[in-house]
Amino acid sequence: MPDTHSPALRSNQPADAHAAVYRYDEFDKTFIFERVEQFRAQVERRIKGEITEEEFKPIRLMNGLYLQLHAYMLRVAVPYGMLSSTQVRRLARIARVYDKGYGHFTTRQNIQFNWPKLEDVPTILRELAEVDMHAIQTSGNCIRNVTTDQFCGAAADELVDPRVYAEILRQWSTMHPEFTYLPRKFKIAITGSPNDRAAVQVHDIGLIAKKDETTGRVGFTVYVGGGQGRTPYLAVKARDFVPVEEIIGYLEAILRVYNQLGRRDNIYKARIKITVNEMGADKFIGLIEEEYARLRRQKFHVDPAIVDAIQTHFAPPPWVELPAISDSFEAAKAADPAFARWTRSNLTEHKTRGYAIATISLKPIGGIPGDAEADQLETVADLADLYSFGEVRVTHEQNLVLAHVRQDDLYALWKALDAAGLGTANAGLISDIIACPGLDYCALANTRAIPVAQRIAERFADLDRQHDLGELKIKISGCINACGHHHVGHIGILGVDKKGEEFFQILLGGDAGTNAALGEIVGPGFDYDGIIDAVETVVNTFVKLRQPGEIFIQTLARTGHAPFKEALYARA
Amino acid sequence: MPVLDRGLPIDDRWTDLADDQDIPAEGAVIVSLERWRTERDALTARRDAVGVRLKSNQLATEIADDLGSLSLVALEFPKFRDGRAFSAARELRERFDYKGEIRAFGHIIPDQYLFLTRVGVDTVVVPADRVGPAWAHALKEISVAFQPALGREEGVSLLRRHLKGTVPA
Ligand code: HEM
Ligand code: SF4
Repeated sequence: MPDTHSPALRSNQPADAHAAVYRYDEFDKTFIFERVEQFRAQVERRIKGEITEEEFKPIRLMNGLYLQLHAYMLRVAVPYGMLSSTQVRRLARIARVYDKGYGHFTTRQNIQFNWPKLEDVPTILRELAEVDMHAIQTSGNCIRNVTTDQFCGAAADELVDPRVYAEILRQWSTMHPEFTYLPRKFKIAITGSPNDRAAVQVHDIGLIAKKDETTGRVGFTVYVGGGQGRTPYLAVKARDFVPVEEIIGYLEAILRVYNQLGRRDNIYKARIKITVNEMGADKFIGLIEEEYARLRRQKFHVDPAIVDAIQTHFAPPPWVELPAISDSFEAAKAADPAFARWTRSNLTEHKTRGYAIATISLKPIGGIPGDAEADQLETVADLADLYSFGEVRVTHEQNLVLAHVRQDDLYALWKALDAAGLGTANAGLISDIIACPGLDYCALANTRAIPVAQRIAERFADLDRQHDLGELKIKISGCINACGHHHVGHIGILGVDKKGEEFFQILLGGDAGTNAALGEIVGPGFDYDGIIDAVETVVNTFVKLRQPGEIFIQTLARTGHAPFKEALYARA
Repeated sequence: MPVLDRGLPIDDRWTDLADDQDIPAEGAVIVSLERWRTERDALTARRDAVGVRLKSNQLATEIADDLGSLSLVALEFPKFRDGRAFSAARELRERFDYKGEIRAFGHIIPDQYLFLTRVGVDTVVVPADRVGPAWAHALKEISVAFQPALGREEGVSLLRRHLKGTVPA
């Protein structure tokens, strides 16, 4: 598709020339088109009956194609959440031509299309390949799309930009010959900031990039064995510092131990978190270290020159010198309270003077969390071209981010977003809810999840009230598989089946951030109508108990669960 | 059952012995790990080659000390989804420097064939009704590989290509 939506820009470069996405070279292109043709042949073999559905299943999963309740679902990888405006427009086109006009952003920074036809999928994959995109390893028992901090390369608190390492891991894990038939799926997350925005401790492997202050060497603290699902665990630290050069070798060692010893008799016990916990962390880490000690490390050595070469894809965009304070921004805030409110919830400090990071909420009150229409995607692409170097990011909280917006441009940006239904001032607030597909799409669901999210958002629709409550993360899953991350919600909601009826349990005190914690169930569940009241009771209890400046989890940590329990269950 | 090498059926010299079958006086035989352990002397006293079958839950370490006497190690895929043998093959090659034949048998699909060759497997056993062009084709479908493995050492670590100035500006 030509860039007909792009306004003429300040120069004759493509509008997204500086977007920090990895650009395919000839080698990558050869691979991606071969892979599309391979899948086309596989689909044909399946349609002709030459392979069984059972044999086709892992193949289609490895290409992102799931079978849901009503139809196939295609999950497209957004490597570490980075997109160029060209790619966003292509996603919009796919939504419009091959789907019902929208896409759904996931908690792993990917995008899903819910209604593609099997016979169209190879063509969709070709359309993606044309813009350096794919759906490889977005499902299946393989190493999945590596996720990271949505503010990387822009956040003021970042120590190391994780994208170059995420890209190295993406390449290393792509069609890995040894680790594509693992006991279970395998998720790696990486962050380079002390404020973990990538929830690394609830991943199979979590990496925290850091720089050794004295030597200047970059490396990773490696966590292993975290996960959500039906038995949630926080990851344990395997090593405090693995230098960059050694990281692939070290990961090979972890994966090899897991591939050989992970359980294959029960899919609910097959994740690495179970292996680590059944065996004991010390023993498991001991096995990794033994494996690593004998590995032919030279083979896996990541030459610093490779890092430098790949780093060029993530070069900072050409920021300009700006004053720290923008008069027009300050004036707009003073004049327009709705804008001022948005700036309080949806902006994050940028490391460069005069710029800001803007979060675009995909959680309009009453909407479906994470859904975006084709038109909205095109609007975002246009705005990215105009205001943020043609780059868009996807967050694990199912929102979008424009990472490099001049403060001077924020008011115009917000007005355009608001006109497109994308300007809700609720990032990080009570209506910025993560919800799994639940009964609306998922065959395993016990309960609805999306309608619960919608009704909570409607109950708290008043944005002033939301802002007054401050940061409060609600996460909802329609069954114990925990796709909606309920274990790490400040308020988690878990749908259970009680004699054929929907019931909802409340968990309190989960946290996906730096102080990662798993929430605890407060007591008996509530029915579909009762759960909304129960959430409000929890919130009102917090308001009564909070001290000035406290957010929900701080109050909870100070008071404990007792007053909340009492408020929920002592009602006559 | 037909044995494929580089995608094509070959004349196979090996006899795959069940545990209750007598050991023939002559000819190369493949036996289970258990039988190898109990009848090792009888097996090595013969002139002809011996191979051992490993189940998917039997790690390469189980036969590490015996590899000098074995001309073949056969790795089982009870279900194609059970990918333990991928690691077993690689351990045989990279950790134990095994130079003999590695064979994969059981439930294997063509889509795994390229991966098998990349972890050091030489031959695969497939049911007669599954022999077809898909196998040879599977080795050619994807011509690039992104990570170091076995066989195509040079240029295999795609990451290294970034050193050759091929990175687009
Ligand atoms: C309707 C389709 C879906 C089905 C049938 C499904 C099924 C499952 C199952 C069975 C698990 C448990 C896996 C395990 O414990 O090993 C799981 C976990 C998970 N799913 Fe889904 N899921 C679906 C949709 C989604 C969606 C749309 C998302 C994201 C937006 C998602 C995100 C997750 C996450 C984050 C986990 C937890 C991973 C962990 O244990 O760390 N799922 N899913
Ligand atoms: S948590 Fe349960 S209901 Fe929700 S998507 Fe996952 S499997 Fe389905």
